[in-house]
Amino acid sequence: MKARYLIPLVIFVGLVALLGVGLTLNPRDVPSVLIDKPVSDFSLPDLLEPGRMVESKSMRGKVWLINVWGTWCPECWREHDFLLYLARREQVPIIGIDWRDDPDEARQFLAEKGNPFIAVGVDPESTAIMDLGVYGAPETFLIDQQGVIRKKHKGAMNPDVWQSEFKPLIASLEKGE
Amino acid sequence: MRALGMFLLFLVPLVVNARVDVYPFQNPAQEARYKKLIEELRCLVCQNQNLADSNAELAQDMRRVTYEMVSRGESDEQIIAYMVQRYGDFVLYRPPFQATTALLWIGPFIILAIAVLVLLMFIRQRGRAQVLSLDQDARERARRLLEDKET
Repeated sequence: MKARYLIPLVIFVGLVALLGVGLTLNPRDVPSVLIDKPVSDFSLPDLLEPGRMVESKSMRGKVWLINVWGTWCPECWREHDFLLYLARREQVPIIGIDWRDDPDEARQFLAEKGNPFIAVGVDPESTAIMDLGVYGAPETFLIDQQGVIRKKHKGAMNPDVWQSEFKPLIASLEKGE
Repeated sequence: MRALGMFLLFLVPLVVNARVDVYPFQNPAQEARYKKLIEELRCLVCQNQNLADSNAELAQDMRRVTYEMVSRGESDEQIIAYMVQRYGDFVLYRPPFQATTALLWIGPFIILAIAVLVLLMFIRQRGRAQVLSLDQDARERARRLLEDKET
């Protein structure tokens, strides 16, 4: 008879546990379906050199990063110094995709803060963005020599993520060459 | 004449409020397909809205791509596959039935079945208990009545 009164308590505790776990998850995190898939070929107008195109095909045989950014995105401002560090100190080739941005503002941004990108393509209509399954900025992709997406990081790139996830993978990819 | 003018004036806010992207369709069937598709596809930016309801810039671009694919004559399946290839099943407002979503689809029915079972058990138990207690009560009252008569 007494065990019966415990049932609501058990249900309550179970519900609390379930909701508690739910709180630790990020509901906005959509797992990418493109990891270990070939990166889509994109060809975007160059932000800094009018008339030229930035093409993903030109990066075949290299381990490189794609960084999606825009001057409208506060996290991109935050990660910019670290991207500069990656480009200058770690010699990582980064192709930038300037997403739905004002080109003049983007050029000014790079002129003032420094340019970590070997090339920047502009994507005002989200064509390359959609092919990459991007829905927020910044996002950083790691592409291997065969043009396969090996990793993706949503949000500002930072030393922790770099050291723990990207750097070891790049080292092993370059060794495997 | 003035009344008509006033009426037209009242319509102005409706026009202003209308969605910005107006696409020319070749036929009503295509328009219907486009409308159905943007109802079924989720906006990745504001995740509790579909493409039809969202004003996010990415949603505008996804609507444009949907429109372009519809007017190119691609099938609903092709358009949905295009989106799923890039954004995963999450882009579908109605998740497909598969191993990972089985609980999502069947879960409510399992809970309903359990609830009905518990309810049935409860009703049966209570019915039995009531009959018993009524019997005892009746017996008790009968006994008291009998005793009253004796004194």
